[in-house]
Amino acid sequence: MTLKPRHRRFLWIGAGVLVLAGAVSLVLNAFQSNLVFFFSPTDIVENRAPQGRAFRIGGLVEERSVKRESDGLTVRFNVTDTAKTVPVVYTGILPDLFKEGKGVVAQGKLGPDGAFHATEVLAKHDENYMPPAAAEALAKAQGRMADNRAVLDQAAKSFKP
Amino acid sequence: MASINWFKYASPVTFFPLAGRLIPWFAWMAAILAAIGLYVGLVVAPTDFQQGDAYRIIFIHVPTAWLSMFLYVVMAIWSALALGFNTRVSAMMAQAIAPTGALMTFIALWTGAFWGRPTWGTYWAWDARMTSELILLFLYLGVIALRNAIDDPRRADRACGVLSLVGVVNVPIIYFSVKWWNTLHQGSSISMTAAPKMAAIMVSGMLIMSFAAWFYSIAVVLARVRTIMIDRERGAAWVGNLAEVKNA
Repeated sequence: MTLKPRHRRFLWIGAGVLVLAGAVSLVLNAFQSNLVFFFSPTDIVENRAPQGRAFRIGGLVEERSVKRESDGLTVRFNVTDTAKTVPVVYTGILPDLFKEGKGVVAQGKLGPDGAFHATEVLAKHDENYMPPAAAEALAKAQGRMADNRAVLDQAAKSFKP
Repeated sequence: MASINWFKYASPVTFFPLAGRLIPWFAWMAAILAAIGLYVGLVVAPTDFQQGDAYRIIFIHVPTAWLSMFLYVVMAIWSALALGFNTRVSAMMAQAIAPTGALMTFIALWTGAFWGRPTWGTYWAWDARMTSELILLFLYLGVIALRNAIDDPRRADRACGVLSLVGVVNVPIIYFSVKWWNTLHQGSSISMTAAPKMAAIMVSGMLIMSFAAWFYSIAVVLARVRTIMIDRERGAAWVGNLAEVKNA
């Protein structure tokens, strides 16, 4: 089969891009673990986080875990991925969006006490945007759903022999 | 079926006046849409429940970030056409897109830094999304630099075409980085497969601004490609016969 020169050129271009894409995907696959920006509490508890050097931990700030020490600057809180939890100690100013139940990324080292000693704390917000009134309504609806579930659970229990 | 002879516009002689006729339309559309989009984004849209007014940077940040990726793909397609068909206009279009793409990438990175500071607490982090977008800026700058380093425009076309095509693998990496890896950058609010995770009025402001950025890019690229045509074909008879050139 003979091809027109320009068709052959397009074939070469297409083949080149395909080969390149394949090579890049292999490289990215090999680098997978190094491209991780932060480790989850589960990674840390299961010793998959780097030992003896600084790394980042990411997760949610556990509800009702934020405690300020008397110096007013040192903060203790727990970071959770809902499966495992790691305590974090940080001295410094927290970002505005730092909140219980919200995402956080902290850089630091694991101390001998098992706590993560952070040198920098960043807030990680999610991709949801809505007006405050809508957020309130959503929270209320979720609260109602939780209430309903509790009532149903209660009812189910009362039917048990 | 009526068919358009697309190859008719593969020559600068026919593309030059066509571009000239299209520029005012795209420029006016861009100006009008930008005015509407900014009004919707800064006045009509409500504040955000967790970020307050800081989120309004989204109306500049997301359109420019989208365009930075989209323009790169368009540049790569023109480059592929130039390499395959050996058409002059394709290479000139690729050449004309690079500076606008670099500008969009720079604006996306810059506004991202000023958004990150009040929300995350930092201007910059070396996470996969930001790093790959920075690589995109270097790719644009690399293409521009390579073009300026080679004197023969036809050789420069081929070299820049190959570099543009090589770099196109970075675009899906940018787009999917927030899915593939843990990043500080949040995931996509808008996607093809799911309902937007934003209030409708915010989405419409963002889309209007995106079209404004898109039309702006088309107008500017067409204007730039006209100057590139005059520059590269300055010895040709059709350039000498242009009213703009004759009266200059």
